[in-house]
Amino acid sequence: MTAPRAASWAFHEEDSVRIRSVLIDFLRDASARTALLVDRAGQMLTTVGEPPTFDPTAFASLTAADFSANDQLARLLGEGDFGTLFHQGEKESLYLADIARRVILVVLFDNRTTLGLVKLRMRPTVIELTSIFTAMFSRDTGTSSHVDASFVGEAEDELDKLFGTS
Amino acid sequence: MSLVNYASREINCKIVYYGPGLGGKTTNLEYVYEKVAPSSKGKLISLATETERTLFFDFLPVDLGTIRGFRTRFHLYTVPGQVYYNASRKLILKGVDGVVFVADSQIDRTEANLEAMQNLYDNMTQHGYDLTRLPFVIQYNKRDLPNAAPIAALDSALNPGWTVADVERQKLTPDPYRPGEYLVREVDGVWVERVPTFEAVAVRGDGVFDTLKAVSKLVLKSLG
Repeated sequence: MTAPRAASWAFHEEDSVRIRSVLIDFLRDASARTALLVDRAGQMLTTVGEPPTFDPTAFASLTAADFSANDQLARLLGEGDFGTLFHQGEKESLYLADIARRVILVVLFDNRTTLGLVKLRMRPTVIELTSIFTAMFSRDTGTSSHVDASFVGEAEDELDKLFGTS
Repeated sequence: MSLVNYASREINCKIVYYGPGLGGKTTNLEYVYEKVAPSSKGKLISLATETERTLFFDFLPVDLGTIRGFRTRFHLYTVPGQVYYNASRKLILKGVDGVVFVADSQIDRTEANLEAMQNLYDNMTQHGYDLTRLPFVIQYNKRDLPNAAPIAALDSALNPGWTVADVERQKLTPDPYRPGEYLVREVDGVWVERVPTFEAVAVRGDGVFDTLKAVSKLVLKSLG
């Protein structure tokens, strides 16, 4: 089949391989558990490391909202944005960082490491990912994109099944 | 904007329910959540105040299943209706693929409807989106109430239509949901387009799935 293609942007297999390799190295160096990439509209792109035990779809949506709300708080303070956020729990903590203004890197870690180490290892990782995503977005700009007609037809049939045919 | 993830073979689309406070946006999502098969839905998340007014958003993912190798999902969001939560409303519109405007049919909510519609246009413009080019439907909710305004009055206030400049789109287009009416037609020498509308009583589910299905199909078509 012809694969459906994005109206706005697509996350390709080769992008995924490269990004996962960067994140695997980061998790090892930082002794962190899981790294997740979420787009600013609230959609999960990829997960690396220990598989999450929570609902990833809900997590992605809340992460994007969290980051967006904090962006607005930053502006109220006269800051352009908060490039990173940290949420500390008793056992689990989250460190979030902006990537190219379109994606959020979320790192999940526990007491096997320290915030200092995570922050230290995160900095070059963010720079590397920013460069990869910036190249990806500029490559996708202006490319015409379509899903094929058969995809739309089949998806409409599924909609009728799920929501009724009235 | 919709994201095609070739690595995880997923397509995700974002639909936002917009409208005045207490108009029934959350009720729409709650009904969908209640009726859709458990295997096709995720968690319904509500960031609400203690009095159950939406503070930030409600979120419900609905799974269409795997279509031509791609797991296809619609992410449904509502925004807070109250004007003073505008910052949250605007944030939720980021990356939107389709909009449902849930209007409150009651005559005394006319001003609130108009204000919310204007606010929707403003917030979309600030994101750089053109609402006239995006999948967009209107739901006239609370049709069962005795003080519900006539549909013609709601249409005239909330869905007067916009001028169609694109010559290719200047053709008589029947409204598939309202027999005998048109989505695109010529009025006094000017081509005008309006959006599909649906009557609803969301608390009992009337019109909820008709609305969702219509906007979902428009979103799918926009991918093509």
